[in-house]
Amino acid sequence: MEYLIGIQGQDFVLVAADNIAANSIIQMKQDQDKMFKLSDKILLLCVGEAGDTVQFAEYIQKNIQLYKMRNGYELSPKAAANFTRKNLADYLRSRTPYHVNLLLAGFDETDGPGLYYMDHLSALAKAPFAAHGYGAYLTLSILDRYYRPGGIPRSPSRLFTIPLFYCPPSPLSRFILNLPSFTVRLIDTEGIHDLEKLMPVGAKLLAPAPSS
Amino acid sequence: MALQDLCGFKDSFLNSRWNFPASHRMAQEDTSMLFGKRTRDISSRGLSWSNSESPLHLYIPAAEYLSESPIQFGQINPNTAPYHITPLHQDSTLPFLSFPPGFPPSSSPSVPLPFPMSHGTTTLAFMFQGGVIAAADTRSSCNGLVACPASQKILPVHSHLVGTTSGTSADCALWKRILARELRLYQLRHGRRLSTAGAAKLLAHMLHPFKGTELCVAATLCGWDGGEVETCPLDRLYYVCSDGTRLQGALFSVGSGSPYAYSVLDGGVRWGLTVEEAISLAREAVYRATHRDAYSGNCVDVYHITSHGWTRRDREELREERLWRKVGQNLVLNLHLSCFL
Repeated sequence: MEYLIGIQGQDFVLVAADNIAANSIIQMKQDQDKMFKLSDKILLLCVGEAGDTVQFAEYIQKNIQLYKMRNGYELSPKAAANFTRKNLADYLRSRTPYHVNLLLAGFDETDGPGLYYMDHLSALAKAPFAAHGYGAYLTLSILDRYYRPGGIPRSPSRLFTIPLFYCPPSPLSRFILNLPSFTVRLIDTEGIHDLEKLMPVGAKLLAPAPSS
Repeated sequence: MALQDLCGFKDSFLNSRWNFPASHRMAQEDTSMLFGKRTRDISSRGLSWSNSESPLHLYIPAAEYLSESPIQFGQINPNTAPYHITPLHQDSTLPFLSFPPGFPPSSSPSVPLPFPMSHGTTTLAFMFQGGVIAAADTRSSCNGLVACPASQKILPVHSHLVGTTSGTSADCALWKRILARELRLYQLRHGRRLSTAGAAKLLAHMLHPFKGTELCVAATLCGWDGGEVETCPLDRLYYVCSDGTRLQGALFSVGSGSPYAYSVLDGGVRWGLTVEEAISLAREAVYRATHRDAYSGNCVDVYHITSHGWTRRDREELREERLWRKVGQNLVLNLHLSCFL
């Protein structure tokens, strides 16, 4: 039902997540942000069981911030990923496992950009591109087809024009569920940048909820 | 037991004040801090404005079934059991609420549902320019029969926070009271009222240890932070569920009748609604849901939350409305037929 995607470029990481918070057959919220900022250059994208996602992600988020407060410097993306994996693994064989699928994206000064894929069994893998959810079945093959390590264009709209969203028929238009909008963020040496929300062609968004 | 520790019930027997509830309600002790013992506002229950000039004044309303000692909730106090069973509403002028001691849960339908929607109710809440509207039906069902046709599904938590309840009635009532207690403690400790967002987070964190158990609470918290001026951001409406979900939004509907209500609301809710339009829209949505959903019905409660606090519209019977609509339809049909003749 939910969808996450991450793509690593030469000097940046691009991540996107859908915005739907659903409860059985009803979309309760169309502007849910599934990305959690762990530090200035690390984002955690979290999907999975209803309460577990926010609970686990906020737990990791606060612990990362606590580390920074105690030690004066931030954890690197690799360290944060391993810390997350350790926590998820510790809870896995307890009475209350967290059923969450994660993508951790970050930029390190020494190591460069990094994208880490983690699933609910706390398997961790550093990958050049990764996706979670049913939409992954539709989009991973496109990424395999077009991904080149050094050749990812810097401009994100062009990136997404080629494979994923704008070019009809976009792969996600095959998906039986309607995912009308996606939050997109880019992490590079300057930090986390919010890009404009992606509204794929043909997707239907409900009339915006009343706001002031 | 975790729940007893949380509620502190095991200490309540030792506290002598709990042992002298209804009949000894008057006088000497300071009842302003005790939950469920405020009696001065019972007569004006139907239209309760809260006069909060300063943010420290927290009016905790006592719904009818809270006018007795909280020991009513399933636990029998051996000293005073005979006093309680009989007049539950000796002071109340509102006859609609009947509250049997072992309140049956409102979920567990006997026919298999196509998808798991086990909260047998219709509740909804939405924000608009005039505040927040919360509406709910009043039917409590249990295994296919109507356990109570006049239950109260919107429970006030304090003067500026109201929660709709869905799921198991007993769980919702209990956790609303625990939330009210914790909010009051927060206010006493910190000197200000906790925001709606904070209350939602508090409730979500309190329910988290019970995830995976049979506890079932799906509430929308509707509140107003701050004073008269709209200084704070517009997060006045939160959906909290015992499975851990906590969502901020502008429109929520919860329960088995919620899809029907969503359709009506999505077509009509805009920011610029007037108060009358919003109330009639909420009533219409609940009415349509009760028409189609077997587990929703009877009456509709509407609450309106503004900067002055919450106000409650008198409970309305939907059956008469249905009859009038039928009469109206027949009239229209007859008119059409007469046109053709």
